[in-house]
Amino acid sequence: MTGLQRRLADKRVVICAGPGGVGKTTVSAAVALGLASAGRRVAVVTIDPARRLAEALGLDELGNRPQPVDSTRLAGAGLELRGELSAMMLDVKRTFDELIGRLAPDPRTAEELLANPVYQHLSTAIAGSQEYTAMAKLSELVNESDYETIVLDTPPSRSAVDFLQAPERLIEFLEGRAVSALLRPSGRAARYAGVVAAALRRVTGVGLLDELTAFFRLLGDLLDGFRARATDVQRLLRESSTGFLIVTSGEAAAVDEAIYFAGELDRTGLHRCGVILNRVQPLDPGERDVEETAQRLAGRLDPRLARKVARTHSQLQLLAHRDQASMVRLSGALGNPRPFCLADREAGLQDARGLFELQRELWDAG
Amino acid sequence: MNSGLRRRLYDRVGPHVTAKRLLIVSGKGGVGKSTTAAALGLATAARGLRTIVAEVAGRNDAASLLGLTAAGSQETRVSSNLHHVTIDRRTALDEYLREEVPGPFPAAILTRSRAFQGFVDAAPGLQELLTIGKVWELTQDPRRRKNAQPYDVVVLDGPATGQLLALLQAPRTFVSIARAGPVARQGTAIERMLRDPDQTGVVIVATPEQMAVTETLELRAALSEALAVDLDAVVVNRAFPTRFSSAEARALGEVADDPAIRSARWLYGRARAQQAQVARLRRGLSGVPRVTLPYLFSETFDRGCVGRLAELLGRALL
Repeated sequence: MTGLQRRLADKRVVICAGPGGVGKTTVSAAVALGLASAGRRVAVVTIDPARRLAEALGLDELGNRPQPVDSTRLAGAGLELRGELSAMMLDVKRTFDELIGRLAPDPRTAEELLANPVYQHLSTAIAGSQEYTAMAKLSELVNESDYETIVLDTPPSRSAVDFLQAPERLIEFLEGRAVSALLRPSGRAARYAGVVAAALRRVTGVGLLDELTAFFRLLGDLLDGFRARATDVQRLLRESSTGFLIVTSGEAAAVDEAIYFAGELDRTGLHRCGVILNRVQPLDPGERDVEETAQRLAGRLDPRLARKVARTHSQLQLLAHRDQASMVRLSGALGNPRPFCLADREAGLQDARGLFELQRELWDAG
Repeated sequence: MNSGLRRRLYDRVGPHVTAKRLLIVSGKGGVGKSTTAAALGLATAARGLRTIVAEVAGRNDAASLLGLTAAGSQETRVSSNLHHVTIDRRTALDEYLREEVPGPFPAAILTRSRAFQGFVDAAPGLQELLTIGKVWELTQDPRRRKNAQPYDVVVLDGPATGQLLALLQAPRTFVSIARAGPVARQGTAIERMLRDPDQTGVVIVATPEQMAVTETLELRAALSEALAVDLDAVVVNRAFPTRFSSAEARALGEVADDPAIRSARWLYGRARAQQAQVARLRRGLSGVPRVTLPYLFSETFDRGCVGRLAELLGRALL
């Protein structure tokens, strides 16, 4: 067993997190593929909007449940799975609606909530709803399915830390404690709330207050359920069988964020199982300046072409040095294990074969 | 600049983009959205237009790219024509209440009320409306804020494509629920500006990669459906140079392996893959001008890099 494989061996849940645009989705798919090829029953969950995983895996349509990945497609790429691989894309709105259906005390409350304009906006647009539903889905799969490992690709939040804080923020909002003073005033607060509400009506109109009152009244019965889910997820995230795999590129800003995120994981007692430095340019130990390289190549290539090659090499070596510096910085800040490096691929990820190659590289990287 | 490069950069871009008062910059996470917004701001300022770069995410990315160490919710001068502001909704709300609500009484009550802050968090579209409302205020001449100078151009370093629609639809979402009152009235005015192609332009940044291209095409369709708004320009960012012909690539395939040869093959392969994505973009973006910005080979991405991109954007768009 190689480094990363060993670190994932005892994990039931693997969460891939990191800054935007570093290849998290592809890495999630490669990790899931690797675990499945080694014999495990694996589900990989990714987030809907860009249908990213479907493109990478060549799947046409993914429902809101994990679907088995077509094994003939993988076999065509030369990959025999000893285990099973299923994949799904999270449909945020549908997951939220299903949650309402499960948690509502009766069908009528559920129906009214689903039709409420405040809810319709909230379920897709409020900060944290995407992350909350991702985690709710994760906990559902852990509790109600027989997958041995679930790999979760995290939403493209601006900051990876948003992902960890999202459930708490959403619950805080749903509790609506602050608003309830305004909508259902009682006791001494009543007179003051009356004045505030009157002022509010002058500014925002009447309709809004009515809709909000209706929304929070309907939601009241479901709150315990939402809280219970959130607590359940917090516990799941803390378990030693849950590991965070941090993915970053060599760009300075991405590395800063990866280090910050790792610190937050440590601070909150969550488990890191590795850092993947993605899209690394290989460092050439025998690097010379452009002139020398061009002269060295001149015997083999047309002089004009040799010059262009030399210039290209020198430009890519700048990136290789940047990546090397990032590697040192990540190792220094995060300690063991050393980051796993993945080479920048010539043509990006094209198909299942590319994913397979990436997976092998990832397994060998440790 | 030589005419070939100029032609490539122009790529059918008209001179009209910065005649608009508001330029909204968005794109998939990690494609260089804030960099492009900062560069666009530098470019319009360099042309003598009084410009402000406004950002909405709380990370001050555009601010640090412009060289500001301390940025905040106050309009800050960067250089002679260039300013910066970070829009946070608390400040936007306070300001709104102070400026727009007649009489001192309601404003004072509302800003002090925790219940009201909770209400702002809960009301659908209200946070987004406050944000876009502040952007709208920055575009007004004369400004609604007392003693504030008007700007010729407001460059918004907007949210990522996934959240852009929610931001732009906020006025309508809010108006449809609130129905009446001063906020709803103003929401209508804001929406009118956002939908007016003479005043507002949408610039999407995409790297020539599959996912970023897909998101850009999806966003174009969604914007057109929801707001009848089209993209004004697409900035193709981090494009690798097409340095090797296919005959040269064949020659490179035949010589003995070597780190420098591998670098050349890598660049050739990557540039070709990018070209395929640029072709997809071109097909899906009929009629939308494209500007191509080169990948900058650099160990650190510093202000010099932003300046170079600003110059290229300026030549192509202004």
